[in-house]
Order: sequence, then structure tokens, then C-alpha cells
Amino acid sequence: MDADGIHRALREKFAGAVDPDWVAGEWPIVTVGSASVAEVCRLLRDEPALGFDCLSNLSGVDRKDDDRIEVWYHLLSYRHRHQVALRTTTPRLDPVLPTVSHLWPIANWLERECWDLLGVRFVDHPDLRRLLMPEDWVGHPLRKDFVEPDEYHGISTRRESLLKL
Amino acid sequence: MQQLADRLIDTGFLQGLPRGLGYVIVVALFAFLMLNFIMLVAGVTSWLERRVWARIQSRIGPNRVGPQGSIQWLADGIKNIMKEDIVPSAADAPLFRFAPYLAMMGFFGAFAVVPFGDGLIVADINIGVLYVSAVTALVVVGILMAGWSSNNKWALLGGIRSAAQIISYEIPAALAVLTVVLFTGTLSMQGIIRAQGWAPWNWFLFHNPFTFVAFFLFFVSALAEGNRTPFDLPEAESELVAGAFTEYSGLRSLLFFLVEWGNLYLIGAICTTLFLGGWQVPAFTDSGLVLGLAQVLTFFLKAYFLVFVAMWVRGTLPRVRVDQLMTLCWKYLVPIAFVNMILAAFFAAILPNGSIFVKAGMCVFGLGLAVHFFQRVLFHLRRAKPELHLSPIV
Amino acid sequence: MSHAIDIDLHREGPGGLETEEMTLNMGPQHPSTHGVLRFVVKADGEVMRRAIPDIGYLHRSIEKIAEKVGYHGFMPYTDRVDYVSAMQCNQGWAMACEKLAGIEVPRRGEYCRVIASEFGRIASHLISVGATGMDMGAITPFTHAIREREYINDILEELCGARLTFNYMRIGGCAWDLPPGFAKRAIAYLDRFEPLIDEYDELISFNKIYVERLANVAPITPERAISWNLVGPNLRGSGVRYDVRRDVPYSAYPEFEFDVPVGTGERGTLGDCYDRYMVRMREIRQSCRILRQALEGIPAGPVVAKVPRTFKPAPGAVHVRVEASRGDMGWFAVSDGTAFPVRVHIRTGSYAAMAAIEELSKGLMIADLVAVIASLDIVAPEVDR
Repeated sequence: MDADGIHRALREKFAGAVDPDWVAGEWPIVTVGSASVAEVCRLLRDEPALGFDCLSNLSGVDRKDDDRIEVWYHLLSYRHRHQVALRTTTPRLDPVLPTVSHLWPIANWLERECWDLLGVRFVDHPDLRRLLMPEDWVGHPLRKDFVEPDEYHGISTRRESLLKL
Repeated sequence: MQQLADRLIDTGFLQGLPRGLGYVIVVALFAFLMLNFIMLVAGVTSWLERRVWARIQSRIGPNRVGPQGSIQWLADGIKNIMKEDIVPSAADAPLFRFAPYLAMMGFFGAFAVVPFGDGLIVADINIGVLYVSAVTALVVVGILMAGWSSNNKWALLGGIRSAAQIISYEIPAALAVLTVVLFTGTLSMQGIIRAQGWAPWNWFLFHNPFTFVAFFLFFVSALAEGNRTPFDLPEAESELVAGAFTEYSGLRSLLFFLVEWGNLYLIGAICTTLFLGGWQVPAFTDSGLVLGLAQVLTFFLKAYFLVFVAMWVRGTLPRVRVDQLMTLCWKYLVPIAFVNMILAAFFAAILPNGSIFVKAGMCVFGLGLAVHFFQRVLFHLRRAKPELHLSPIV
Repeated sequence: MSHAIDIDLHREGPGGLETEEMTLNMGPQHPSTHGVLRFVVKADGEVMRRAIPDIGYLHRSIEKIAEKVGYHGFMPYTDRVDYVSAMQCNQGWAMACEKLAGIEVPRRGEYCRVIASEFGRIASHLISVGATGMDMGAITPFTHAIREREYINDILEELCGARLTFNYMRIGGCAWDLPPGFAKRAIAYLDRFEPLIDEYDELISFNKIYVERLANVAPITPERAISWNLVGPNLRGSGVRYDVRRDVPYSAYPEFEFDVPVGTGERGTLGDCYDRYMVRMREIRQSCRILRQALEGIPAGPVVAKVPRTFKPAPGAVHVRVEASRGDMGWFAVSDGTAFPVRVHIRTGSYAAMAAIEELSKGLMIADLVAVIASLDIVAPEVDR
């Protein structure tokens, strides 16, 4: 199915949540409202003509200037050999998104990473805890305004700058 | 050895001492000599293993300390002795300290009946082979104690695996030994050797098909008892670091490793005694000294050849998993060993003195196997284009 | 016909013996796990109930560093994302930047990239099959594989001066052209290397003990492999014939002829550890094929396009996939018109494989866990970045 068809199928079911515009390209980009991401993904996975059986990537982008956090879902279909990218945004202060880990098991870790590094909370996630950073780390490192703590367990993080200007 | 002790007490150095004390001194002296000899042999075996293993893996192996790295083992031994003796605080200290010595005792005790030559044996007891089987079981206790007292789950796993493995493989080993004993009528080591001759067709290996099978059974079981690849799961480096010996450092860990390498030699020695004719050489000279030396050399070389084969197997084969190991033992080796022994018993009943035709047939078969083997080696050498810019001499 | 042992761990044994679950800790320093990984293993004796991976020991915040050093400056960091096969990571980042700015790489540059990538793939697969052998206890195949990899490192050292972290590619092409005589030497190496793969096969691939250790262990059905987002040889071992070089062609790959090997359950179940191992062995041969075609048919011309010193691509987001040794590596780059990317996200093949281990390990034995990790070809830097 081509990108236009995918977009049309989504608009049919979720007119309110899915943006009328979509961006063409190798990964057609469809913008989706944050509350209905899980339902849109379920449709994309379960509808036989769409059949997106693989979540290739789930990345969060910290748009500090817009005061939002953008989350991208790159979906692949091995059955039909087509792909689509979903883009959704959520407010930066308290980012919340529904989880898709019940649809694709890999989303479990991808969403944990998003939580760990950017602070996006995924509702109904079975095990939302830090993945890459230590369990007792404070802060979300990939945020643009993240300030490294002065010390961690007594080990100082202050170093001399390597650039001697 | 008793005669030697008597002679020394009556006429030689220990004249005038009470007989009991004299015996004790002589035994202690022999034990000391034997211990030194074994440690030397274990050390040299470790050097040989590292070189052989390295050549198989297209590396060189130790070649810095001494000519061709031949005193590397001495340097390693000294280094290990000088290391700090760490006893983990949560470990059961008395058991932890005692375990290596127990394993050493089990392994060292078996050398009391290893026949190096005609009359060159510490104690030619009439249950020699049975004694070896029994005493080497102490090693199991030592390893289990090491694994338990380390208070380390991985060590415990390693110790238990090892214990299960050794105990299971005692059975095919014992049955293979019994197959040989059926033809000698005696369990004594010297007796078994004297029942064979110096020529290959007089060895038990080629005596009849059942002892031929028993040789392979015994060798495989002995490899498993010695925790050697392909049965080295208890000390599987990829999984358990060092298995039951993880927490050991310094002299204690050195003792465990010496037990392992010395065990290799023990396996070779027992196999040689049972199947390869032991120290038998043709009587080519009248001089007792030269003959004795030739016997010792023969025995040594035969045992070391089998040690080399064990090292070769280690470099080639991967590890067998625990349940596959148990399956191999209980579902395959034990039934085969039983059937083998029963058929050998029939053979012994029908042809008590052996049969020249069977011996000749087995020799021809063995020769055929050897020829086939060398042909394959040549084929692979020709095809593989090995890079021999490093000298292949060890 | 899976190998998993189906036992009820809560059951009381005969005679009222209660068995308890043992919690073991495997790693982070461990001779077996491929890099700094940690597993908390809940086991009942030898049989595992679950193996929970704990990652993050090698997290170097490479993605955040990208936001500081800019597009050109990030190239050396991409080597470290997967240092076992660094060329493909270079290519992924270069392609992402080129897509953002609409730069086209000259044909000779694409050929140089393919040559470098395929050599990197052979080197990486050699480590993988060697490490699998070593974890199974056969140390010899590992040293043979490393010996061959040393020769490949020599060739790549001729190309770019480095043996592990190459930093060979640039945005718009490659940094340096092939040195004179390179094609001759490389083809001489391939002539020497291809028969050795057969020798390797004979040594270990068909060894009964080895097959018994790997066959029927942790089979993954194609549907599960897809839903877990397993990629590369892990996916192809389960029978799914998908290769980014063939299905989403990039660089100069459309001009080459090569097969995509898949697992067929030849010695056990479809998608077991043995299938994944054999897929890697066969891929080595296919890479040799591609290399011969590339070395013989390389066109003349420049190797790098003109790219401004300060690289400021138009605002946008791209997601580029390259077929790295461990599977399809996704490079997601977001730019906002400045010289520094807003976000770089690398989705690697080992990441999904690590995530899958928790499910796969139920009912396996501890010795099998090592086999599974080795056959999924997990390297820690890819998981943690």
C-alpha cells in the first residue's frame, strides 16, 4: 500500500487524531495526536492491508524552543514491505504518552529508554524504570537543560576542560 | 619396596633402628621423592600443554622463560606461591583451607601403585587397580568441599557439576578396568603388566575386540574424571570463571591446578598399565641398570603419548553440556561397558589363553586405523596450506 | 521441538522437598558475555527461570555528544557505537547527513564504502563465529578467526591507517582513495581466505558436540523475531529473507549480485542457535563475492563530494537504515538548520537481541544462556551506546 493509502486509512478511523497533512518521502510522516497513539498503532498493526508488524524505532526529540517533546515511531511492515513514520508531540513539562508495548514487545525497552533519557512517561507500561542510567540517577540526561550533578556517590564529575584556549 | 626397606635397615644406613621406625622413615623418604617427581611432572605437563595447545591454535605459546619457555611453569609456580592467600570472609575457613590438600591427597595417593619399571613401584599391593579407583575418589570430596566452602553460588554449581560428573564416570571406567582384569586374574598393577608382553600384539589393546573397546571407554571416562575437555564443564571458563576454584588464590589454587595436570599423567599411566603393556621392553641387554632405565623411559613415553592425545582433544573439541554429559554416561557408556564386559567374560571362558588369530586380526585392524588416520592428516596438510614460517618443533 | 525444559518451579518435590530459586549474578566482568553485560539469573539448579539483563555499563552518552560536536565531528564517535564492525556505522551516519542535505556521493566513493563495509562485515562475523566457538569450549576456532581478522585489519590499515576504529568515511564520500595496488592485495587475500572458510566449517560447524550444543536451543519463530524487532542474521536465521542491502537498496549495492542466506532448521528447529550461526558463516562467503565484484569493477573518479566545512543541513528529520553486521542499524537524525544536530538516535541490532533474551531464557539451562548470547551476537557497545 502506498503512503497515501495508509494516510487515508488512518484518517478514516481517527479523523480527529490524525493530521490532514502528511510528508512524503522514504518514510512518509503522519502526525498523530498524543492521546490516540496506541489506538492508531493498534490499527496499523492489526489491519491486514496495513500489517505493520515491526516497530523499527521509537525516538524522542527534545524541542526546547517549542516547549514540547516530539516522539517519533518508525513502523515497518515485513509482510507488505512498506513503512511509515508517526510523529506525535507532548508538552515538555509533563510528557505523557500511551504505551505500545502490548503491541510490539520491543517497545518495552524503547519506551524505557525514552523515559530514562527524556522523561516521557508511558501510561500502562509494565515496567517503566531506568534502562541505561543507574537506578538512582536524578534527571533526564538527553534534555537540553540537563545539568550534570556535581557528584555521584561521592565521585566528583568536575573535570578540567580538555580545550586549553 | 619392602625388600629395599628391609635391606636398608639390616645392612645399610638405618642399621640398628627399630623396624617400625625404619619403615616409617623409608616410606617418608619415598613419599618425599615421589612428591617431588610428581610436582615436576605436573609442571612439565603444564608447559607441554600450553605449547601443544598453542600450536593447535596457530600461536606459539610460552617461549621466553628458558629455552622454548621450558621453565615457564617454574616461574608461574613461584609467582603463585608468592601471592597473597585470600580466604573470603564469608567462606567456611577450615574447610576452605583444607580442600586443596584433600584433593592433593586423593591424587597423590594413587601414585603409590604406579609401576615405573620391574620392581620400581612404591607398593605392589594385590588390589592395585581397585585402590587407584578408590583413592582418586577423594579428589571429588576435595572439589566438592572447595565449591561449598567458597560460599559462592558459581563455585557451588561448579563443585556439584564436578562431583556428579566424576561419580557418574567412575562406573564405565571401573567396568572397562574389570574387562581387562578378566584376562589377567589379578588386580595388581605389576601383575597386569606381566600378563602382557613388550610387542604390540601382546598388549591388551589388541588382545581381543572387547579390550579394544574397553580402552576407548576407559580413556573417555578418565578424561571425564579428570575434568578435561570435552568434559570440562565444571571449570568452564566462559561460564563459571574457574568453577569450584574461583575463590582460590596463591598456593592453594596452584595445588588444584597441579592436581589437574598430574591427573593427566595418572590417566596416561593407568591406561599404559592396563592396555599398552606398561614398562615391558625386550630383554636386549644383561645390565639391570640399563634395562631398568629403558623400562622407565618406555613407560614414561607411552604415558606421555596419551597425555598428548588428551591435550590434542582439548584443543579440538567443544564442551559438552551437563545434561548431554550425563546422557552420554548413563545412556551410552554404561550399557556399552556392561555388554562389553559380559561378552569379554564369554571370550575369556571360551578362549582362556587368548587366540593368536584374534590378536593378529586386532593388530591388522589397529594398523589399518593408524594408516587411515595418517592418510587423513596428510590430506588435510596438503589442502590446508599451513604457514610454516615458524618452526613447528615444540 | 524446542529445547526448553518445562518444569513447574513452585511444585513441591517428592517427599515434601521444597526447591528454592537461586539468584545468580552473571557479570558485569565475565569471560563469556560479549562486553560488559550483566544478567541476574533466577535459576533452579541448572535450569533457568529467567535471565534479566541489566545494561548501561557501557553507556557513553554518544547521542548527547553528537549534539555538542556537530555533524563532521561526530564521525569518529560512530566507530565506537559498534567497534567490532566500525565501517558500517560510519556509513550509516554519513548517509544520514547526506540525506539531510541532499548530497550525492560519487560512484567511486560508493564503491570504496562498499569495499570497506564488506571487509568490516567479514571481520565482524569472524569474531562472532569465533566467540561462539570459544563460548562452547572450542578455543581453537577463535584463534583461527582472529588470525584471519588480523589480515583484514592489515588491509584496512592500508586503507585508512587504523585497525579498529577506522573513521574512514566522511559526509559525501570517503576520506582517502584506495592506495595503489590495493585491489591486487585484497583479491590475493580473498583467494587465500575463501578455502579457509571450508576448513573452518570442517573444524567446527559439523562437529557433533558443537551441533548438539546449538541445535534446538532457543528457537525463534519468524513472527516472534519480527515482533521483537530482531534484525540481520538473527532475523534471517529464523527464515525471514530480509536484507536492507537487497530490500531497501542503498549505496552501490544494486550493482552487485549476491545471495541472502536464511536459516532452514537444517540441524534442529527453524530459528535455533545453529541456524543463526550458519547464516553468519554463509554471509561471509557472500561478502567475499561482493568484494570481488567491487574490487574488479571499481570506476574512476573522485571519492568524496564537495561538502562545506561548516555543515548546516536544512531542517528536517531522516531515518536511514544500513545493513550492519548485526543487522539493520537505524540512524535517526534531526536537524534544525544549525551546525549541530538536535537529536541523533541509533537503533542497533544488539539492542533488540538483548531485550529478547529475557523471554528466550525461560526454561533454558545456564550453559545454554551462553550459547544464546553468543548466537545472537550481542556486543555491549551497541546495546548501551
